[in-house]
Amino acid sequence: MTAVKVGVIALQGATRPHLEALHALGAHALEIRTPEDLAGVEAAVLPGGESTTMSFLLDSSGLREPLHDRIVNGMPVLGTCAGMILLADKVLDGRDDQRSLGVIDITVRRNGFGRQRESFEADLLVEGLGGEPFRAVFIRAPVVERAGSDVEVLARVEGIPVVCRSGKTTVCSFHPELGDDLRLHAMFLESVR
Amino acid sequence: MTGTFRVKRGLAEMLAGGVIMDVVDAEQARIAEDTGAVAVMALERVPSDIRRDGGVARMSDPAMIEGIKAAVTVPVMAKARIGHFAEAQVLESLGVDFIDESEVLTPADEAHHIDKWAFTAPFVCGATNLGEALRRVSEGAALIRSKGEAGTGNIVEAVRHLRAIMGDMRKITIADGPELFEWAKRLQAPLPLVQEIAETGRLPVPLFCAGGIATPADASLVMQLGAQSVFVGSGIFKSDDPARRARAIVEATTHFRDAALVAKVSTGLGAAMPGLEIGSLETKLADRGW
Repeated sequence: MTAVKVGVIALQGATRPHLEALHALGAHALEIRTPEDLAGVEAAVLPGGESTTMSFLLDSSGLREPLHDRIVNGMPVLGTCAGMILLADKVLDGRDDQRSLGVIDITVRRNGFGRQRESFEADLLVEGLGGEPFRAVFIRAPVVERAGSDVEVLARVEGIPVVCRSGKTTVCSFHPELGDDLRLHAMFLESVR
Repeated sequence: MTGTFRVKRGLAEMLAGGVIMDVVDAEQARIAEDTGAVAVMALERVPSDIRRDGGVARMSDPAMIEGIKAAVTVPVMAKARIGHFAEAQVLESLGVDFIDESEVLTPADEAHHIDKWAFTAPFVCGATNLGEALRRVSEGAALIRSKGEAGTGNIVEAVRHLRAIMGDMRKITIADGPELFEWAKRLQAPLPLVQEIAETGRLPVPLFCAGGIATPADASLVMQLGAQSVFVGSGIFKSDDPARRARAIVEATTHFRDAALVAKVSTGLGAAMPGLEIGSLETKLADRGW
């Protein structure tokens, strides 16, 4: 079986840790900066970073529309932190001109967990990853304030959804790429095969 | 758990592939965010003005930092003097997202840097070579930047520092066990950090570039040399058309290998900041720090 080709949207943010995690799981991980790069992959990851910056670069690179169309047409996608914000239907406390891709029916509040001084690590149980807790790193993380009826919530922190899935779109408000635990990436790759 | 090293270093990872812009007021901060900055550095005077004015450069007025925090949604950084842990404590209490223990300000201690493990806020520190970088990491820095020569608009020093850091790391990856002991001694750096580089081929924390970036091609150059992001100080707001130049540098940083794109965004930008020859400088800021 040939390796799955997965693209990490490399406009800005923590692309390298995602590339390494995907590579370690046997995927063929590629950086995506242009519509041509996107055309060659079967799935995509939107990494953490600054969603305002990425939103600007999605427009200037011409990636916004083709990325949106691919996802709507069934391409599996994983969004972490800023990636979650970019995939969300509605963003609160963002910039007025900030546009999200609107491919998962959730409302998120940007930096809802606070500034860097409130950033934290926690062990949490994620549905579908077995009984072992997942060490999650939250950095200026967004808060999911509403999840639509077709959205599965796979993990929560103090009642707040932190991993959500709808169809082939998975989002989490923390950074699975910053630890050694690859189970969330593995679950995502399962959805590609 | 807050303030762990993973949480501190994690924010540095989030800033990769981006541009951190020096701003002196809320208006500039908004322009920076509008044009795609991943973070802003709040300070009272940009380095070229500090250089011109002379005198002692200190931490900024908290009111000014608060004003900038209120104006933008991206992370806000601020500078403390080298060794001035009380300034750093003040910045941490203000909720600044990243503290820069910076040679651009006048050093407060001629022998000791801040014990950065004592803080929950992450720190960035400058370095001119690999030994300096690893000493700062051993003190708890979550991010290293080249010092370059701030306020000159001259990229030559940043290139020297990046080449020194990257070049020595490349040599360490082919060194054998006994040679690693010698490297640690030569670099005056902890052996475990040298051994980590031998295994991974890179610093234990992200490496960004600062000091002298004035054009999109400068950003492309340092990214190709191995920097993961760029700090732009005087280079934006001392140029003719700051918003346009800022946007161009942001795009060039993302698409740093795409020369046609760098050409396109460089076209018709107006005058860059006036530059300075390194040989003409009375004070070399990069010499500060130990």
